[in-house]
Amino acid sequence: MKNSIFTIMRKELARFFGDRRMVVSILLPGVLVYLMYSFMGSAMGDAFGVDEDYIPAIQAVRLPESVEALLGEADLPAAEASGAEAAKEAVAAQELDLLLVFPEGFDGAVAEYDIRSGQSAPNVEVYYNSASTNSTFVYRTVAALLDAYEAQMVNKFDVNAGDAVYDLATAEDTTGSFFAMLMPMLLMMFLYSGCAAVAPESIAGEKERGTIATMLITPIRRSDIALGKILALAVISTVSAASSTIGTVLSLPKMMGGVTDGLKTDIYSVQDYLLLAAVILSTVLVLVTLTSILSAFAKTIKEAQTYAMPVMLLSMGLGITGMFGGGASQELTAYCIPLYNCVQCMTGVFSFSTLPVGVGITVGVNFLVTLLGVFVLAKMFNSEKIIFAR
Amino acid sequence: MGDILEVQGLTKTFRLSARQQKLEKTSEKVRTAVNQLSFTARQGEIFGLLGPNGAGKTTTLRLLATLIRPDSGDALVDGASVVREPDKVRGRIGFLTSELKLEDCFTPNYLFNFFAALHKVAPEVRDQRRTALFQRFGIDRFAEVKVANLSTGMKQKVSLVVSIVHDPDIIIFDEPTNGLDVLTARVVTDFLEQLRGEGKTIIVSTHIFSLIEKLCDRVGIIISGRMTVCDTLERVKDGMALEDRFFEIYKETAGDAE
Repeated sequence: MKNSIFTIMRKELARFFGDRRMVVSILLPGVLVYLMYSFMGSAMGDAFGVDEDYIPAIQAVRLPESVEALLGEADLPAAEASGAEAAKEAVAAQELDLLLVFPEGFDGAVAEYDIRSGQSAPNVEVYYNSASTNSTFVYRTVAALLDAYEAQMVNKFDVNAGDAVYDLATAEDTTGSFFAMLMPMLLMMFLYSGCAAVAPESIAGEKERGTIATMLITPIRRSDIALGKILALAVISTVSAASSTIGTVLSLPKMMGGVTDGLKTDIYSVQDYLLLAAVILSTVLVLVTLTSILSAFAKTIKEAQTYAMPVMLLSMGLGITGMFGGGASQELTAYCIPLYNCVQCMTGVFSFSTLPVGVGITVGVNFLVTLLGVFVLAKMFNSEKIIFAR
Repeated sequence: MGDILEVQGLTKTFRLSARQQKLEKTSEKVRTAVNQLSFTARQGEIFGLLGPNGAGKTTTLRLLATLIRPDSGDALVDGASVVREPDKVRGRIGFLTSELKLEDCFTPNYLFNFFAALHKVAPEVRDQRRTALFQRFGIDRFAEVKVANLSTGMKQKVSLVVSIVHDPDIIIFDEPTNGLDVLTARVVTDFLEQLRGEGKTIIVSTHIFSLIEKLCDRVGIIISGRMTVCDTLERVKDGMALEDRFFEIYKETAGDAE
């Protein structure tokens, strides 16, 4: 009996790994994810960054000495504008980055201004062009300088002005909450797309091509065919999901730019990874079983792919639930619901709030669901209505 | 020689979909494909099922191959019931029909070994059989060519060889020479005669009279799902050419039906 399962499994694996296009289609998502995320990361960096040696073109009308000194210190020298209107046109034409227009006697007016008088404060007009990256950057810098200058004049108290580290979260906390938010959703998506890429081909495809009947007239047990196929598909899906996951993890630092500075990926222990592996492998079995049953219902590969869509949305939706709720559920019933239990476990592992009993229940429930699925699939293989449906 | 196949009152009905009902302009919801069909086949003979398209020949063979289950009746294949012991039956028959396909991406060598494994044939026996059969059908030169790249005739030969990988005592062929060129068809009919010589029982279905006259020891004529005549070829022919005799029988039966 075991031999038959292995024979079917070996054939399925030989079919996939013997076909170069199949292998490419399984591994390509990982490479694409890496390239896409890396490209998005660097493209966003380019879009919102300015060359370090860029010399901004700033003009000002009635530039007061105080501000001139301030700008000089920040290496943002401003020239006197020949005329406000001409300078505005230059900003609009992106020839000039910034135009500052100060009121008459700015320094004096500021010194005399009393907030209790109820009159409006002296206003500095800063003209910029949001369509130009450089202009936007210079505008932000200068506006921040002016804000700081204003705050300094009326300074009553400061917030976090000392040298101490005020954010008391550990690197583990930061990384944990970051991964716990992102990874369950991504993993569920990758796992499912791996299954959805191979199951229709293997089951609905065999029906469509008429090759499954050739196997069904041999004395092999239907449950052996079902189990052999499910195990082989699980291996292929896992490889596919691993490829996508590696692609994501490698490109994540590039994608997030500075955001991931505080992140450390070596905070997870071997035990964490083992728990994760157990959860993922048992979940792959559930997903493969589910897509296999759907594929067995379908008459063609196309139909099977159509059936797979709602399940895709469901598993992604479940993945998103990991983003909310703060850590893994402590309710044991949450671990009895297939797929949802997987998200809970993954969130738990990534955020260091694993409930070991929960992981145990999850793996157990997943195996039970898989066994039930094998039984159903074997019944379907025995049904002429399903195998010879036209 | 004793009866190795006993078919007892096999009946199979199919549900017609609304679309089929409309297409065929009929209001019947259920179509009887095979109706109370009985016959026996003896060891070491070639038994032919003759009938027009849609008479129920293929359905009968699929019932015998356990691909579908009868509504009522049974068939005993070397003592094993197709209803109660389909696994045993599958181990005892070789079934070849054009609707059973081989996966394009594998080579004849791989497929032969794969199906041998499913039939639990020991590796030494398997290798011996493969060498002999591949040589017999000229597959040896294409043993490592993917099925997708083989000619139609060669694909058919590979299908045939794969279907008898376990050296079954009963071989069921649905339209064995359909789609084959004259040379390949000859190779197949010669092989069937050889198998009979080895004491195997062969059931073929066909609508080709010459094939029946050339090969079969006994013949059953199926019309509209019923077995109208079943006897030795000579007695069925009754001194006439098979074709003329068939039309006589057909007229009588169709007349009855009307």
